Amino acid sequence: MIFVVMGFLWTALLLYLVLGGADYGAGIIEMFTSKANKSRTRKVMYHAMGPIWEANHMWLIIAIVILFVGFPEIYSTMSTYLHIPLVIMLMGIIARGTAFTFRNYDAVVDDMQKVYNKIFVYASFITPLFLGIIAGSAVSGRIDLTATDFAAAYVYSWLNWFSVATGFFTVALCGFLAAIYLIGEATDDVQRGSFIRKAIFMNVAAVFCGALVFAASLVEQIPLFEWVFGNWVGVTAVTAASVSLVVMWSLIVKRQFVIIRLLAGFQVTMILLTTTYKHYPNIVILKNGAYLSLIDHQGAEKTIYALGMALLIGSIFILPALVYLIYSFQRKGEKAHV
Amino acid sequence: MDDLIAARSQMALSLGFHIIFSCIGMVMPFFMAVSHYIWLKSNNLVYKNITKAWSKGVAIFFATGAVSGTVLSFELGLLWPTFMKHAGPIFGMPFSLEGTAFFIEAIALGFFLYGWDRFNKWFHWFTGVVVGVSGLISGILVVAANSWMNSPTGFDYVNGQYLNIDPIKAMFNPAWFSQALHMSIAAFAATGFAVAGVHALMILRKQNVGFHKKAFRIAAVFGVVASLLQPLSGDISAKDVAKRQPAKLAAMEAHFKTEANAALIIGGIPDVENKKVDYALKIPGLLSFMVHNDFHTPVKGLDQIPLEDQPPVAITHYAFQIMVAMGMAMMALGVIYFIAVFKHKQWFDKKWFLRLFILATPIGFIAVEAGWTVTEVGRQPWIIHGIMRTKDAVTPMPGIGYSFYLFSAVYFTLSLAVIFMLYRQIKMVPVIYDKAPEEVTPKQIEL
Repeated sequence: MIFVVMGFLWTALLLYLVLGGADYGAGIIEMFTSKANKSRTRKVMYHAMGPIWEANHMWLIIAIVILFVGFPEIYSTMSTYLHIPLVIMLMGIIARGTAFTFRNYDAVVDDMQKVYNKIFVYASFITPLFLGIIAGSAVSGRIDLTATDFAAAYVYSWLNWFSVATGFFTVALCGFLAAIYLIGEATDDVQRGSFIRKAIFMNVAAVFCGALVFAASLVEQIPLFEWVFGNWVGVTAVTAASVSLVVMWSLIVKRQFVIIRLLAGFQVTMILLTTTYKHYPNIVILKNGAYLSLIDHQGAEKTIYALGMALLIGSIFILPALVYLIYSFQRKGEKAHV
Repeated sequence: MDDLIAARSQMALSLGFHIIFSCIGMVMPFFMAVSHYIWLKSNNLVYKNITKAWSKGVAIFFATGAVSGTVLSFELGLLWPTFMKHAGPIFGMPFSLEGTAFFIEAIALGFFLYGWDRFNKWFHWFTGVVVGVSGLISGILVVAANSWMNSPTGFDYVNGQYLNIDPIKAMFNPAWFSQALHMSIAAFAATGFAVAGVHALMILRKQNVGFHKKAFRIAAVFGVVASLLQPLSGDISAKDVAKRQPAKLAAMEAHFKTEANAALIIGGIPDVENKKVDYALKIPGLLSFMVHNDFHTPVKGLDQIPLEDQPPVAITHYAFQIMVAMGMAMMALGVIYFIAVFKHKQWFDKKWFLRLFILATPIGFIAVEAGWTVTEVGRQPWIIHGIMRTKDAVTPMPGIGYSFYLFSAVYFTLSLAVIFMLYRQIKMVPVIYDKAPEEVTPKQIEL
């Protein structure tokens, strides 16, 4: 059952990265959209994400619940030593979620919309940035359980080049996912062209930030090259992602909008696979070189069993409903709503 | 600021904020479903407008509740890592189920909010019901997790080790039913009165009277029925607390001395040093009767509880008094409401009647907050009753005070924003929902 639980944890993280990521990305795209096009872009985005955005963010809750029920020691260690980035991320989640809802449900349309938009856009950038920083910090080996002074224990645990680069890489990935998603939602060719340019920009940004992560790993002496290219799974995944990227861009020209979305999702899956495979089953590396492992630090046997059952039963309810939700609202964005 | 106090304050603030949004988010969908049902059956457009207006409120509250809930799932670890390290695997079961329920709620809400004229109308209605039901289940599950902290079961505590963990047993701990029942009814009462109060205000101001009257009736029925049922569940809760957490009951009642024929103490100012309550109304024997169904059986007082295991008496006592007083007020209004329904229909248009309900707008939520204060402060000094002290659970990170200030500022701003949002929502009712035929001529309002 532990493998079922681990599978769900990984899947929840992946889906959050892909679906939640595309959602954050929509805000990031808005940030990089010229003033003239902003309101039209916003409209398309709202139609695309409105019905599903709440559901997209549930994956984070699922992941965090799995972590604190099934792997309490990992959860409590991370939340102690990564307290500061977690709080900043939470602030981002609060600001973004409420700003998004407010701007759509404020009965009066006036200058307040500008305020909501600003908050939404900045929070869409900051939240994935810190999510990435947290993810990077988990494996950067800077969490020091023996540290006594504040900075060493609670600041340098996450403030390093590698974590920050990972943060920016995450932001770029989110923007990329959103741009690819929105290409299929565009209502006309002009707008489509603009989303395609955004996708190119985000793709370049992602590659650039990815290079930054590798550069930072050299600076911080983190053996990232070995993690990624030191095993056949990593090499295969990177190759597959690169090939699918080429395929994706050729399909954009052919307007295969569903397939390009799947391919973009596939690329992110490969990235997550590469970065987690080498560490499996460890998810946190401590400063003294020790690991927090999903196998060694799992909760009581009965808990894992009950958690696994709850997840399996839950997914019977959730998945069909979610698929139907996404299916129902796909490309119907042109229709009026109230 | 002391880190423990800061952490407790931040947790209290976050929960106190979240609870309002989750109550409204889980109860309003039921109001919506009723009005939606009437619209589908009667084709009276006013009910469709009410449903839509409420659904926007639900969207705002749900989104705010969802983010504040997400924050809480992290705060458990951010503030109480030691607690979570040990308790996570034991009491986490309801949270993992709640994840599912909450997820379904989010999906159903997506269907409901964006599904007008898109799906079969009864399927659309059904998705609204699913929002309410899954929200209610979420609420019950979260309360079940909390009740475990009051009555920890499902493990053996041996030499500081948590052994033989059974998460199912922990979920169905002895307190889950009484707490979940009390909270669910409270949510209906509080939301019912709050919503009814807002509509009563609009009727009094003669704005879209047709619209607001119908909305008032639906919300008020939920509120008054719940408030009349609540004493029954309160009785179950009180007996349960007396059995499992005598210290909490003693603090609620400011019951310092163990004695037979124990008096029920109403109001008053507890004097902890001299172990007495000044200016209180005391009804001899009633506490014994309420706890043991007998006027003479002694009730355990604070004198039998070691000082280091006693909760803060004054706060717990005041909070309990406030909760009961608010509950009584709601019951009285409930009685008046039913007299109006069965005997004096004209009361519904009377100014005093509307004013009473306007005054009652916040009291349900005051009761909810006070009730949670009783539960949580009354559990102190324990985070897991009898097993782990709150001070041993707090994060080792210093400077939690700053975190508390930050969260206070954020929640304060957010509260203002939501109030502002609702104000604009209500102001726009005449503009958006004017089309109803039997509506009085709407007054255009300037914004």
